[in-house]
Amino acid sequence: MDWAFLFEISLTGIASGGLYALAALAFVMVYKATRVVNIAIGEMLMAGAYLFFTFAAMWALPLWAAIAAAVLASGLLGAVIERTMIRPLLGEPEISVFMVTVGLGSVLVGLVELLWGADQRRLPDFMPSQPIMVGDAFLAPKVFWGAVVAAVFIAAVLLLFRYWRGGVALRATASDQGAAYSVGINVPRVFSLAWIASAMLAAVSGIIVGSIGGISSSMGVFGLSVLVVVIVGGLDSVLGALVAGLLIGLVEALAGAYLGGEYKLLATFVVLVAILMVRPYGLFGTHEIERL
Amino acid sequence: MRIGTLKESYTADAALFDSRTQHAWLALAAALLLLFPFIASDYWLYMACLVAINVASSTGLNILTGYTGLVSLGQAAFMGLGAYTVAIVQARWGTPLLLNLLAGGVVAMLGGIVVGIPSLRVKGLYLAIVTIAASFIAHFLFSNFGLTGGTAGLSMQPARLFGISLDTSFRLYWLIVPVMVLMLLGAANLFRTRIGRAFIAIRDRDISAEVLGIPLLKYKLLSFGLSSFYAGVAGGLWACFFRVVTPESFPLSMSIFFLAAIIVGGMGSILGGILGAVFMTLVPELLKLVFDWLPGGSELTVFLSPVRLIVFGALIIGFLVFEPLGLAEMWRRTRRFFHLWPFRN
Repeated sequence: MDWAFLFEISLTGIASGGLYALAALAFVMVYKATRVVNIAIGEMLMAGAYLFFTFAAMWALPLWAAIAAAVLASGLLGAVIERTMIRPLLGEPEISVFMVTVGLGSVLVGLVELLWGADQRRLPDFMPSQPIMVGDAFLAPKVFWGAVVAAVFIAAVLLLFRYWRGGVALRATASDQGAAYSVGINVPRVFSLAWIASAMLAAVSGIIVGSIGGISSSMGVFGLSVLVVVIVGGLDSVLGALVAGLLIGLVEALAGAYLGGEYKLLATFVVLVAILMVRPYGLFGTHEIERL
Repeated sequence: MRIGTLKESYTADAALFDSRTQHAWLALAAALLLLFPFIASDYWLYMACLVAINVASSTGLNILTGYTGLVSLGQAAFMGLGAYTVAIVQARWGTPLLLNLLAGGVVAMLGGIVVGIPSLRVKGLYLAIVTIAASFIAHFLFSNFGLTGGTAGLSMQPARLFGISLDTSFRLYWLIVPVMVLMLLGAANLFRTRIGRAFIAIRDRDISAEVLGIPLLKYKLLSFGLSSFYAGVAGGLWACFFRVVTPESFPLSMSIFFLAAIIVGGMGSILGGILGAVFMTLVPELLKLVFDWLPGGSELTVFLSPVRLIVFGALIIGFLVFEPLGLAEMWRRTRRFFHLWPFRN
């Protein structure tokens, strides 16, 4: 057993797990507020990355402006999605809403291929490129800075939702819709807010993921891993998203290093099934008590 | 206007097709199916076979998702199990085709039962994700298991039935369509029996169903098994039709296609499964025809695949937002209009 190698792989895994955690946070936010399983989360990531690509590489905006513009445009996209597809389905069975997001994913992939083509592209470099050494272990600089940005955003979001009025409204809606209504919270507006915030977060993680591995119309596959993360963590648990994000990142890196690249997805899905067999609502998900 | 349907016995009440108009429509449909291969071109025969396979598989998924309420995104993987079984059995032992198809169905059924085991504890969309996991595991097994020929897959000799080699769409049509009709009749009849009613009770409220004395585990597994049996037989037909089976033949997007088909067609309705599968299979082809017909066709073909994706997604969204009960409900509305004519309602 080569301990240094194991340490290096684990570090990379945990760092990329940070990205999963950020994307999973975007997912959980929507789920907590609106009970929608947004399977198009990977495609929303992709949309954010492509918007950034347009602003930074095609319109040649300065980097900070391009990032801001991409995040704002994604927020707008989130608002449009919520208004046109999710709002009309309020109160429908959850599988219907789930399928709507499946359709949404397909539409987004089609739009991206139509507008930008199906080829892989590179995002402009904006992260420092000196290699990072932790002890003797080498960590790819993009992965490291990606994880740092992800950690900063996660912390910011958690603080925002603890102290900001809108965040408190969102948590109130998540815990009890009826009660939220009766204390004067505009619940439909909270729904919009959740989708906008989630789309913005997805755009941020899309930009990071895209600058690590390039962008293409099949980037939505990342969403599949995010889906595994949120299911393992429990759909409605922020803590679960963070823990499971790191866990899945680690499992993927270890499986990729010791078993081979084709085992990555297999390993995460095996972990998923195993955890669901023991804890059907994920690690930290709320166990809903069913009554007649 | 139809005044009423008078029924004098329980058999009449429980009959699958109860009115004379229905019998007339069925006779017409049967005649069309019989005549179709003699008048249609090769291209349309090919499409007809594909549609029939998709109808069979969608009906299977409808049993599970539409009638039992268990969302599954593993239908393509079960089709893969069936397809591989038929390909392997035919190459190794050369047993009769119908037996191979049955074997494909049974193997897929066993796979379905294994995947269904978590369904008692894991519910709703968590279950949907478990079926996604199952389909990835199946894909992995197909590409790494010695028997299945790895990533290159297996190619098959044309299947033989009663000494005739099934090598053209015209000949395959006579295998695929009768099997599909049999499976449709089976599914339609299933919901007149105790088992089918139990499925519906489970869909409506599984705890209540258990209180009524329906053993949940047994019936959920039965539903998984039946649905994957349908998928397996459809997969076997698929293998005979394309004669090449690879791990990439049954991607997750295919499972999504079947789920989309029963949603667009109408969940929990046999007619819905048929309409949805026909509609969703033909729409991409119609798009291709439209693109061919547009001026400047060759430059536009690059846009065909993205436009297909957009239309596919837009159809799902559009139906769920504007017509959640699907094409079957549109059909029922049209029928009601003629039943009630000249009155509005």
